[in-house]
Amino acid sequence: MANIISDETIEYVGILAKLELSGEEKEQAKSDMGRMLDYIDKLGELDTTGVEPMSHVFPVHNVFREDVVTNGDTREELLSNAPQHKDGMFMAPRTFDTPG
Amino acid sequence: MNILDMTAAELSATIKAGRTTAVDAARAMLERIEEQEGMYHCYVTVDSEGAMAQAREVQERIEAGELTGPLAGVPLAVKDNLCTAGLLTTCSSKILGNFVPTYTAEAVSRLKKAGAVILGKTNMDEFAMGSTTETSAYGATKNPWNTNYVPGGSSGGSAAAVAAGECYYALGSDTGGSIRQPASYCGVVGMKPTYGTVSRYGLIAYGSSLDQIGPLTKDVTDCATVLEAISAHDSKDSTSVERQDTDFTCALQDDVQGMRIGIPNDYFGEGLDEEVKASVLKAAGELKKKGAVVERFDLSLVEYAIPTYYTIAAAEASSNLERFDGIKYGYRTADYAGLHNMYKKSRSEGFGEEVKRRIMLGSFVLSSGYYDAYYLKALRVKALIKKAFDEAFAKYDVILGPVAPTTAPELGASLSDPIKMYLGDIYTIAVNLAGLPGISLPCGIDQKGLPIGLQLIGDCFQEKKLLRAAYAYERARGAFQLRPGTDKRMERNLPNGKQTKGTEGAEKIKQTEQEGQSHE
Repeated sequence: MANIISDETIEYVGILAKLELSGEEKEQAKSDMGRMLDYIDKLGELDTTGVEPMSHVFPVHNVFREDVVTNGDTREELLSNAPQHKDGMFMAPRTFDTPG
Repeated sequence: MNILDMTAAELSATIKAGRTTAVDAARAMLERIEEQEGMYHCYVTVDSEGAMAQAREVQERIEAGELTGPLAGVPLAVKDNLCTAGLLTTCSSKILGNFVPTYTAEAVSRLKKAGAVILGKTNMDEFAMGSTTETSAYGATKNPWNTNYVPGGSSGGSAAAVAAGECYYALGSDTGGSIRQPASYCGVVGMKPTYGTVSRYGLIAYGSSLDQIGPLTKDVTDCATVLEAISAHDSKDSTSVERQDTDFTCALQDDVQGMRIGIPNDYFGEGLDEEVKASVLKAAGELKKKGAVVERFDLSLVEYAIPTYYTIAAAEASSNLERFDGIKYGYRTADYAGLHNMYKKSRSEGFGEEVKRRIMLGSFVLSSGYYDAYYLKALRVKALIKKAFDEAFAKYDVILGPVAPTTAPELGASLSDPIKMYLGDIYTIAVNLAGLPGISLPCGIDQKGLPIGLQLIGDCFQEKKLLRAAYAYERARGAFQLRPGTDKRMERNLPNGKQTKGTEGAEKIKQTEQEGQSHE
């Protein structure tokens, strides 16, 4: 395998992806990602000098509209999907420690 | 004719003529679902009450003359990554196990306006990531042709539901072949339209630059009818394209005289099953007999499509799936210490293995230091692949080839080796990268008794050419018995592995295949 994924790399990817992996999962992820990257390295065979990266097949432009509210009030329905809500707001875990 | 065996177009005509009702059709479908789901597991959610209520309302409006279209009163199934207001939408993931959308996907809304009756939500690979419907958090769907085999994926539940007669037609989504490949494995028609033709509003995003919604149907006529109903410009999807030529049913003509059809040599190389090859070339022969000009050519770059796709799709997935954080909807872990730990634990527990694999790969290829080498490189190769298709379509109206290298694999045979599973998408994936339309339709049965699919690929906005070629081929091929009678189906699924090919439709195709060996 040409691509060796280090512990640091998989740790970093876990932070970016917001995933927590067990020791066993980390080993599996290192091996899976290494194999995928080996496979993707095949693209290196192609000379793409001077080729513009193509995000969209057609020219797409930003679409603007007037800043007018068109949807109705669905607050209650939206909140009913939330794991926790209170006083018409989503509840999230505490983000900062209380200064003490 | 039993209403259960009708196509969508036939059923709506029968309802219109007053010989049956939308209510009877919905009830018959629900009874069949009840009877068969234990075997096939096509659905994540069956909405019996809702379907009957819709059917009653639709029937009244048909009788009042308000609904006159070709899909009025016809029950359908919707892939579980399309939002349906008030109806559970799980994406076959644990993380959306309790998600009830507050709005409905535009494609589904358009069908509802046309008088469709939604039976339920179909099973899929989790977040549409997979090729077998085995990555679903709610169990695998079985192929109705033989329950030891997968239905394909990711729209496997939709394809199996159509094949098993558990709906008249279904909606799916196709990011790298997820409509066409399961359609092929299940012996039904499936189409991925040109990017931007069907609004993605309400489709839970996987690879946004590649995703398109499309129909899975019993025949080409239904395919054109459904596509016509769901195609329209939508201001709620910024990539939606304005086009005036969405009267797709006009293309249902048995005429391919002078149509230029190219067969890529690269699609018939190593890895292609001999029976699939013979069957697909036989289909090309049928079109030639009808006056099409069939030629072989070199498409090039075919082997680069899969690595390009997985880089781009994983990158987009890693970004799109950031929204699942356990705050506004979906799964939240029970125990956590602080916000970031909650995010990480909810996501790690809520997502399945394949989804995590792609999110991690995507995060990696987008990370600083690797972005140019992987992500931008893939976008450059994408431009080259698009150019190769542009050159092909300067010479040909339609490209013809197989949908997948083999017929359906056995359950459990694909998941152990992800790269091997990815290779199964080799003929479908480039179509998404280039934004092209592609259609899959049945063209034969292999020795195992499993359907073989033919793929036709068109240039952007050339769905009509595809539909015309597909319709002409379908006429030449003759009836393809989608769903053999229950007794016969049971016969084919004998547990001792003895498989008979005892359906009339299958026999007929076998016969014509052998007769047609000489012309290619």
